[in-house]
Amino acid sequence: MLAFVIRRILQSIAVMVSVALIAFIMFRFVGDPVNQMVGVDTPQAEVERLRASLGLNDPTLVQFGRFLWNALHFNFGVSYQFRLPVTQLLAERAPATLELAFTAALFALLVGVVMGVYCALRRDSWLARVFQAVSLIGVSLPTFLIGILLIYLFAVILGWLPSNGRGEVVKFGNWWTTGFLTLSGLKALVLPAITLGLFQMTLIMRLVRAEMMEVMRTDYIKFAKARGLRTRAIHFGHALKNTLIPVITIAGLQLGSIIAFAIITETVFNWPGMGLLFLKAVQNVDIPIMAAYLMLIGFLFVTINLLVDLAYGFVDPRLRVAMRT
Amino acid sequence: MSFRKWLLAAGTALALQMAVSPAGAVTLRYANQGDLKSLDPYTLNETTTNAHLGHVYEGLTSRGKDLAIGPGLAERWEIMDGAKKWRFHLRKGVKFHNGEDFTADDVIFSADRVRAQGSNFQTRVPKGAKFTKIDSHTIDVELESPNPILIAQWDTWYIVSKKWAEANNSAAPTPAAATTPSFIALNANGTGPFRIESHQPGVRTVFKANANWWGKKEHNLTEIIFTPIPNDATRVAALLSGEVDVIEPVPIQDIPRVNSSDKAKVLAGPELRTIFLGYDQIRDELLESNVKGKNPFKDVRVREAFNLAVDKETIKARVMRGLATPSPLMIAPELFPQAGFSSKFDPERAKKLLADAGYPNGFEVGMDCPNDRYVNDGQICQAVVGMLARIGVKVNLNAQPKAQYFAKVLKSGGYKTSFYLLGWTPGTFDSHNVLFDIHGCRADGSPRGESNLGGYCNKEVDALTDKILVESDTAKRNAMIKQAFEITTKEFAYVPLHQQALAWGVAKNVELNQRADNSVLLYWANKK
Repeated sequence: MLAFVIRRILQSIAVMVSVALIAFIMFRFVGDPVNQMVGVDTPQAEVERLRASLGLNDPTLVQFGRFLWNALHFNFGVSYQFRLPVTQLLAERAPATLELAFTAALFALLVGVVMGVYCALRRDSWLARVFQAVSLIGVSLPTFLIGILLIYLFAVILGWLPSNGRGEVVKFGNWWTTGFLTLSGLKALVLPAITLGLFQMTLIMRLVRAEMMEVMRTDYIKFAKARGLRTRAIHFGHALKNTLIPVITIAGLQLGSIIAFAIITETVFNWPGMGLLFLKAVQNVDIPIMAAYLMLIGFLFVTINLLVDLAYGFVDPRLRVAMRT
Repeated sequence: MSFRKWLLAAGTALALQMAVSPAGAVTLRYANQGDLKSLDPYTLNETTTNAHLGHVYEGLTSRGKDLAIGPGLAERWEIMDGAKKWRFHLRKGVKFHNGEDFTADDVIFSADRVRAQGSNFQTRVPKGAKFTKIDSHTIDVELESPNPILIAQWDTWYIVSKKWAEANNSAAPTPAAATTPSFIALNANGTGPFRIESHQPGVRTVFKANANWWGKKEHNLTEIIFTPIPNDATRVAALLSGEVDVIEPVPIQDIPRVNSSDKAKVLAGPELRTIFLGYDQIRDELLESNVKGKNPFKDVRVREAFNLAVDKETIKARVMRGLATPSPLMIAPELFPQAGFSSKFDPERAKKLLADAGYPNGFEVGMDCPNDRYVNDGQICQAVVGMLARIGVKVNLNAQPKAQYFAKVLKSGGYKTSFYLLGWTPGTFDSHNVLFDIHGCRADGSPRGESNLGGYCNKEVDALTDKILVESDTAKRNAMIKQAFEITTKEFAYVPLHQQALAWGVAKNVELNQRADNSVLLYWANKK
């Protein structure tokens, strides 16, 4: 068991190093950061001095080595755009992204499960057909289009909800800010959370629907009916419980991608989170932010996968045997 | 217990939220596509940043609504000794936001600081200029050579408090490549009509009106909240939904929609930036062309043919939707009169010129073009490709984001371009900058012609440019500028296209002055 864990951790580290290396090779093609830092009419001598002071004239491998060495000390450098430590910038932006991702996941899970169950139980009702159609839209429309449509309907035409930003935030401790405690903060959360969660919601809905219909055909449900249990108890006490096992696994895995793919939603809603920071960093060739963000997302996925693998090991006896050998 | 605590916190927060803002408070919310990246006024010389900081800091001079130079922190000045010596009389009774008095020491300190290594504004003050304090509010500036346009850019050479900067370890300017955060990049202490209340880089900056400002207030605001919104659609939606009052810029294709809404309108006007095409006329063989062994652009007939082949009126009507001023010159008409210059469109003659030059069937050339830097830049290039195809020139367009584009075509990238589109606003608002920076002969170790990507060179123009710099008689100076532009247009140094238009989105209850250099200056804004 221990050997398995160590092996998985070593593999994870290898993945992280490759993420960093690939990112670094890509940075050679995103452009020259110095041209983004100063005006076009800056004297060339000044530009050269800037390049040298940033170490951009060194070979890629030297830059990569320096980056790895600093990253090992949790030092990701200073942003080219804001002249602030990248760790501080990411920490300031993390609460916004995490709150958005959490709300989106919650929305996807609750609404997805309810709609899925309804579609499975009342397969032929008109509402189930509407849900199916909605889920098709959720799967096929790109996120930015959904976001812009929602903005135009609810912010521009109806004027009910804000189109951008986080509203008023309340500060907790040193760096955590929350929008959950103010009216404008909660209102600002609605549209981006729906946009970000819509795809996951449709995924969960379809999964629940299929699983539930499968479960409803099993013998123990038939037996429960024969025993004369109330329909309600059969549906929610027996069928739903068994349906949810794979749903929870998927939902857990999807949380990582919700955080990672918040980039587009954050851009459309000008949500001051890590994704927006990353996108601006790409436009401005802010290599320290890009590198740190990619490492963070890599770390997130590696950690989630590691935990899932370990959890499987604990849950599934067959895997436990395989691990021992 | 903990839940009750949470409820209490939530309740308090909601209560705070409901609290009405004090009577008479006027908040103007402003969104720009760009960030305010550093509060240090010497880090980044860029229009948007300078305009933001212009609310907080002030220069010795100022520029009015029509860009005319007027007094600022200097009440008046005298030019002596044939523009070799300048005397500035500083305004008395001016205080910095932290309460310190503004004196001559601050100006001398700022003059050293702006020229120090790491400053992006080193050219604001000539290297050899000597600043001498006569008394607490008088300063003499002695120059090595006469310079009649010394103060042309001093409206954005912002004066920093000596005591405050030194006390906060900010005596040296924050370089664009700073590796440690500096105090002055996150805090500001100016003399201007607004002070900075809070600043979260890339998210939100709050300005409060400065009640102790020395000048006559021309706005009715108590607060400005600035938010960067990089996404075009989001920025326009925020304006249309009434969540922000002013946005810059409005994408051209969204102008009709903003104008047809009942909440906002578009303020459009000519900008000083000239958009033009340039070609490599210095290499012996083009980098990206099927013509080998020679460079077609070295032949003036080919350059003329390119000028004749491009239909500026069509670009204005189709690509720019009317929001451009076609230009025969490399400088905007607001900065130098265009009388006596004109551009022609004549593809037949262009074809003939190409044939005379030895390219009856045209040739192939690569073109570099940014697609996120100027208004509709990528589409302009596509239009040019079509127009040149009509005279037989096959253009292989390489349109890319500005980060990659500039890395390729600028001096730092080795001028690796054969044919390109660029925009230029003379920072000094003066023709000398245009002649020196983009028409001057390139030479190693000299800043002359560093942005002259095609390498146009004429020693006669260079000699005139040097004379223009030191000539203080306006009439004589203008005659020389005209002479220089006559040479460059006759030699078809570039293909000037147009001055692009500014488009700001403004809520209907806001009145605002639009300055042609695209500085959004809200100290002229009134909100009903």
